[in-house]
Amino acid sequence: MNFPLPEFIVVSASNPWTYVLFGVIGFAFGYVLEMSGFGDSRKLAAQFYFTELTVLKVMFTAIVVAMVLTFGAVGLGILDFSQVWVNPTYLWSGIIGGLIMGVGFIVGGFCPTTSLASASTGKIDGMLFMLGGFVGAALFAETEPLFTHWYNNAGYYGRLTLDQVFNLPIGVVVLLVVLMALFMFWGAEQLERIFGKKDLSREPKLRIAGAGALVALALAVVFIGSPSLEDKYNKLTFTRTETIEQLNADPIVNTITYTADQMLANRLVFVTPAESFKAKYNQSMKPVYLDVRSEADYNLYHIDGAVNVPLERIQEVIPVLLSEPPANTVFIVMSNDETAAVAAWKILAADSVPNVYILEGGINNWIAFFGTDDVSLRPNPNAGDDQLGYFFPAALGNRYESCSPSPIEYEHLEFEAKIKLQLKRDKSGGGCG
Amino acid sequence: MTTQTRKSIFNRPEKPYVHPYFGGIVLGIILFLAFFLTGNGLGSSGATSRIDAAIVDAISPSHVDNNPYLLKMAGGDKNPLDDWIVPVFFGALFGGFASGLFNGRLKFMTTKGPHISDRTRWLMAFLGGVIFLYGARLARGCTSGQALSGGATLSAGSWLVMFAIFGGAYGLAYFVRKLWN
Repeated sequence: MNFPLPEFIVVSASNPWTYVLFGVIGFAFGYVLEMSGFGDSRKLAAQFYFTELTVLKVMFTAIVVAMVLTFGAVGLGILDFSQVWVNPTYLWSGIIGGLIMGVGFIVGGFCPTTSLASASTGKIDGMLFMLGGFVGAALFAETEPLFTHWYNNAGYYGRLTLDQVFNLPIGVVVLLVVLMALFMFWGAEQLERIFGKKDLSREPKLRIAGAGALVALALAVVFIGSPSLEDKYNKLTFTRTETIEQLNADPIVNTITYTADQMLANRLVFVTPAESFKAKYNQSMKPVYLDVRSEADYNLYHIDGAVNVPLERIQEVIPVLLSEPPANTVFIVMSNDETAAVAAWKILAADSVPNVYILEGGINNWIAFFGTDDVSLRPNPNAGDDQLGYFFPAALGNRYESCSPSPIEYEHLEFEAKIKLQLKRDKSGGGCG
Repeated sequence: MTTQTRKSIFNRPEKPYVHPYFGGIVLGIILFLAFFLTGNGLGSSGATSRIDAAIVDAISPSHVDNNPYLLKMAGGDKNPLDDWIVPVFFGALFGGFASGLFNGRLKFMTTKGPHISDRTRWLMAFLGGVIFLYGARLARGCTSGQALSGGATLSAGSWLVMFAIFGGAYGLAYFVRKLWN
């Protein structure tokens, strides 16, 4: 079993259970906020006058508990982290938005979800905060077009996690965050003692044991580490449907599950030059051509629009591939023949980049298909595996005619379509956004 | 502290709130299960935005077509309410109500500092809601969607948002102390 469950990643009317599950999650969320006292604005505002630091305690306890469990499950290989929504980093809109939220917090006494718990228990101020929220969100929608470029680009880093920022193993970051949270809890209790005149001796002793258990779990996460690329690759599954036409009966549709190696062996991820080219003009998909050859080969000849990411650097671009593109993006990787492209495909697939395909026969096959009338390209009979099979008069990059075949000349191309769009989660709805 | 109790819907004895660490552990487990089962965390401000978009779409669909931000949620045959965050939003409303019901805290009242009137508090709550949600949409998530969910998945941006929220609130707290103390 692989988590998260694929059928619950996207809410859709075709599977009403998704509404039920998210409704139950929301119910539990609202319940626990109310029972922690977040329906009362005084309890929330007290956080900022150091008399009662319930907000910080609840929030950071929840963060570290969820974090330790999540990365424990990821380390054990039962949860696929690439399918877990990680808020993309937009530095400037995040910081300014955060500061504005802070102002709203201390003026209004709630944050959006706590206002729900407050409003639903009859607190009039909670209801008004909620109402104000609808006005604020509408104001944002009306004003966003004025600064949309800044909003969508300023300080954009994509899916960036703290382990990447500090260049530390994820387990170590988990442990450090737990230690930081425990230190903050200690500090919070001291502040409550000084400003809130709270008697700490009446606090449950059990919290010390809880802190110890949390550190032990965090140490276990460090010890388990992250699953290797190979483990992730071996767990991959792909489904394809196969229709068998029947005489005098409805066709039989079989769903077959393949492993990654079977996908390669059955050539299900290899797309012909014709299909790769036609993908550009297909409304339903947005192809991205990833050229994994060396920069030198790329400069000699490459398909128009192809992006050069040498194989040894492919892992650097994975966060970008995972975070940004719309769901209908299709990645077509290519090398001179297929060896490097297959290696790149394995890495990308293991990291759960969706819709990755390989250009069948690579650039050499592309030239053989589209560049036959270009006499300046002379075949090189001595080329080894995955080397360019042609001599080029000059390093013209994408300026050979066959780099961008004419859509008119090649309007009608026959091919067996291999690309099956796997529409992944709707990232635009992730997080709070 | 002065609170006015106008009416108690159900006459249950009011129970005390749970210990913050206990509440936090339960919340953390819920958050983990949300990630584990669905890949999504928790949130609510996105739903506010989507409900707005649905209202605008119902009243004036042409206005949606002229606003690229709304268009992303409600354009064409898209239903802005068809998103995981909407059932979470309504679930949270019911959950809060249920906890209030079982713990004897269903009361029409205003929670406020001791030295301001109900009217001032209502105005401030409304204003705070306007400001907070504007900031939440700007930051692409509120305390739940960014600080809580992004904090747990170690998103670099979410940690910055979290510190900015606390920074903004602490920075202004002294100047509005009359509201709360």
